[in-house]
Amino acid sequence: MNATEFQTPLKRALGLGSAKSGTHHFIVQRVTAVALVPLVLWIVYFALRVALADYAQARALVHEPLNAVLLLAFVTALFWHAQLGLQVVIEDYVHTPWLEITAQLAVKILCVLGALASALAIVQIAVR
Amino acid sequence: MAPTRPLSPHLGIYRWQLTMTLSILHRATGIALAVGTILVVAALLALAAGPDPYAKVRAFCASPFGLFLLFGWTWSLCFHLCNGIRHLGWDAGWGFEIPRAYLTGWIVVIASLLLTIAIWTCVAMRGGAL
Repeated sequence: MNATEFQTPLKRALGLGSAKSGTHHFIVQRVTAVALVPLVLWIVYFALRVALADYAQARALVHEPLNAVLLLAFVTALFWHAQLGLQVVIEDYVHTPWLEITAQLAVKILCVLGALASALAIVQIAVR
Repeated sequence: MAPTRPLSPHLGIYRWQLTMTLSILHRATGIALAVGTILVVAALLALAAGPDPYAKVRAFCASPFGLFLLFGWTWSLCFHLCNGIRHLGWDAGWGFEIPRAYLTGWIVVIASLLLTIAIWTCVAMRGGAL
C-alpha cells in the first residue's frame, strides 16, 4: 500500500513538509535567477555607460523610462534573490537559535530596505 | 568531547576536485555580491541626491581599494552568472554526467575570466569597445 494513501486530500494539498512552505523557496530562487540572467547582462552594459558619463549624463540615462523600468526590475530581482540565497547560507551554517533568528531577520530587513531605497532613488530620478 | 564513533569523510579526506571548488565559490561569490549591493544602493541614492554625494561615490570607486573591490565584484558577478546558468541546467536535469559536470565547470571558469577581462578592457579603453 502506498503510504500517501493514509493522507487526506486536504493533507496532500497542503503537503508542504516541515518548513510549511513546500518548494516555494526553491521555485522563487530559480525564477529570480532566470530573470537575473538577462538583467545582469544589461546592467553590466548600463553600468559601463554610467561609469563613462558625467553626473548630468548619468541622471539622463536613469531618467529614460526603459532604463528606469529595467533598473527597478533589476534591484527587485537582485534583493529578492540575495535574501533567498543568504537565507540558505544562514540555515546551513548558523545553528545557535537566537543568532540564526537574528541573522535571518537582519538579512530580510536589510534586503527590503536596500530594494526600497534603490527603488526610491530610481523613481526620484525617473520622474524629475 | 571528541566522538569515538567513525565519522563520515570530510574536507580533510577528499582529494581536491574542481566541482567542489566551484560549489563553494558559488556560495562565496553570492555572499560577496550581496555585500556589493551596498555600493549599488549608495550609487543610486547619491545620483538622486546631487552632484556632490555622487562625486564622493565615484571617488571611492576610483580609489585603489574601490578598484580592488570593483574588480573582485566583477569576477564574482561573472562567475555567479555563468555557474548559475550551469545550476539552471542541472535544475532542468541536464549535465549531471561526471564528464559533463567537469566540462561545464571548466567552461564556467574560463568564461567568467574572459568576461571579467572584457569588462575591464572596456573600462580601460574608456568605452571604446562599447
